[in-house]
Amino acid sequence: MRKFLIRAAVITAIMAIALPVALFASGGKEQGGGAAGGAAKYAIVFKNTGNPYGDRQMGGFKAGIEEQGFQAILRAPDQPTAEAQIQILEQLISQKVAAICIVGNDKDALQPVLTKAMGQGIKVFSLDSGVNPQSRLVHVNQADSEKIGTTLIEAAYDMSGGSGDIAILSATSQATNQNLWIDFMKKTLAQPKYANLHLVKIAYGDDIRDKSVSEAEGLLQSFPNLKVIIAPTTVGIAAAGKVLTDKGLGGKVFLTGLGLPSEMATYIENGVCPYMFLWNPIDVGYLGAYTATALVTGKITGKVGEKFTAGRLGEKVITQAPDGGTEVLLGPPFKFDKNNIEDWKKVY
Amino acid sequence: MVERSIRVERQWSWRTFLFQWEWLLVLIFIAVNVVNSTLSPYYFTADTFLQTPMTFLDMSFLVLPMTMVIILGNIDISVGSTVALSAVVMAVAYNAGLPMVLAVVLCLLVASACGFLNGLLMTKFKELSSVIVTLATMIIYRGIAYVILQDQAAGKFPKWYSALGWGSIGKVPLILIVFAVCAVVFGLLLHKTSFGRKIYGMGSNLTASRYSGVNTDSIIVIVSVLTGLMAGFTALFLTSRMGSTRPNVAQGYELSVIAMVVLGGVSTSGGKGRIAGPLLAIFIIGFLNYGLGLVNVQAQVLLIIVGLLLILSVLVLNVRFGGRYKRSVPGAAKKLATQEHPSEKSP
Repeated sequence: MRKFLIRAAVITAIMAIALPVALFASGGKEQGGGAAGGAAKYAIVFKNTGNPYGDRQMGGFKAGIEEQGFQAILRAPDQPTAEAQIQILEQLISQKVAAICIVGNDKDALQPVLTKAMGQGIKVFSLDSGVNPQSRLVHVNQADSEKIGTTLIEAAYDMSGGSGDIAILSATSQATNQNLWIDFMKKTLAQPKYANLHLVKIAYGDDIRDKSVSEAEGLLQSFPNLKVIIAPTTVGIAAAGKVLTDKGLGGKVFLTGLGLPSEMATYIENGVCPYMFLWNPIDVGYLGAYTATALVTGKITGKVGEKFTAGRLGEKVITQAPDGGTEVLLGPPFKFDKNNIEDWKKVY
Repeated sequence: MVERSIRVERQWSWRTFLFQWEWLLVLIFIAVNVVNSTLSPYYFTADTFLQTPMTFLDMSFLVLPMTMVIILGNIDISVGSTVALSAVVMAVAYNAGLPMVLAVVLCLLVASACGFLNGLLMTKFKELSSVIVTLATMIIYRGIAYVILQDQAAGKFPKWYSALGWGSIGKVPLILIVFAVCAVVFGLLLHKTSFGRKIYGMGSNLTASRYSGVNTDSIIVIVSVLTGLMAGFTALFLTSRMGSTRPNVAQGYELSVIAMVVLGGVSTSGGKGRIAGPLLAIFIIGFLNYGLGLVNVQAQVLLIIVGLLLILSVLVLNVRFGGRYKRSVPGAAKKLATQEHPSEKSP
């Protein structure tokens, strides 16, 4: 019996220590939220955790919200799925945040929960990877989607010398922005100028590094005559850069797309990727922050033609989006090559 | 008492009654709620307790049959893939023109067939363990789902279908009601029928059960089909809430489900555990996730906490029962109880 009591005591002790420790540990890593009332709360939900591009975007959002004196909540699920985002969105609705900025993992699957949020007076808008027009007030677009499509095909044309096999390495098959750009790439390819460029495959690396690497390897094996890989995703392009460098295919297979300068500097310097494009993800998040506050104060409602001032980015106008909704554009994609990568790799 | 119907040999006493694993789970559940309420002012509301279960209950249908599977001493890691395959088949069939009601039936049929195949393989190839069989079918089912849909999404279900996942009767979500009914059915099956007793018997000693005239093969197949059927339920509610489906839905569900069952005090070596434990574990993990989400804890930290709870549960079960917990078989319990802790290890 005594031994039994000792055991019971041990169990109680373990429980008493482990639970608060676990919760304390989590409390330490808590991001911006908490019960601290007062300032209005603005939330951003990214696609998944552990994505350097997303971290910068959320960082920009946080900076923009905090410089206006509000509280920012940064959230992302551990898996890039819509079901995981739904759970987070439910939690944000319960917290009665002022606005939700969603970087969607699926265009349509989030509609029920986002309309629920809007029904409770929360201002919902998408950023970067959009949701359908019924589930948002406005979309913050990092760059003109058509421009990205044509620019990337023009780059592939330039690198391949005008003819040959090209392939696309995308993120998930449901990523809204990716699919829009791929659509515009296909439209551009249909023009007579690009008749000799053959799009042989669209591979999906799901924005997960391992999967992107194996998809890139798969492309090289299945299509030995491949000349250009276009990866319009930062995770995909870095993975492809690594594969091409490891296999010593620099100068034979070229890489372009959308990438983070800090991650791509090596591959631009070694020639695997002659040049690539991107906008500043920090600015995208920052623009999202000002869109959020403009929506909450009622300065804009998401209609075409409305104007607002987005901090250091100056005045922005709401325009018609290709999907039937409305959007705010950040600006044209920026080109990174051997001449400027040295400076930019330190920035982001 | 449920307690007595399983361990008929053991005498009822306050000590055995109070020191049950389920009470500890109740304490953990209360602790989780107290902590959550102090962390966030938005937590302790009727909405939390009525609406939150919607977000985690779809997976929980799998916990019910998984409890049976693990009491049998088996394991089934193909459940996530079964969910994906049945959801994909349903969506594709509906998009091809099948009426939604029939598509729902098809979904349940496909899921049950997946379970049946698992059971068949397990009983026809006894030299293969259940892990290997379901590892193989896990890959196969997910593979078929990918072949059918090819990285795309299918859906655009009719409006009434989304009411399944989002709708409520009064203030109580539909999914909570359906889940409660399923839980009662599984509880009765496991604890009040000869079918349930055979499961415990097989989990404790398969050979002995077979020699006692139990048709062990048919029990394994029935449990496998039930597992498939419940995977079908999960698929229905999941796709209803999402409005569409992809071949990569329900990825990793199998491990979360097994974690809940083990946290619920069901022994992985079979023969031990009750349905109440896993049920409590569902709500502990569900509300823990929700509460910490309310204060915006990072996703990975949540995983760490669930992992900690799991280690703790295994640890406590071993300390509490001094190793007896794992090996106890009907009949042996009495013998052990009369001796003065014969097989104790010091805590």
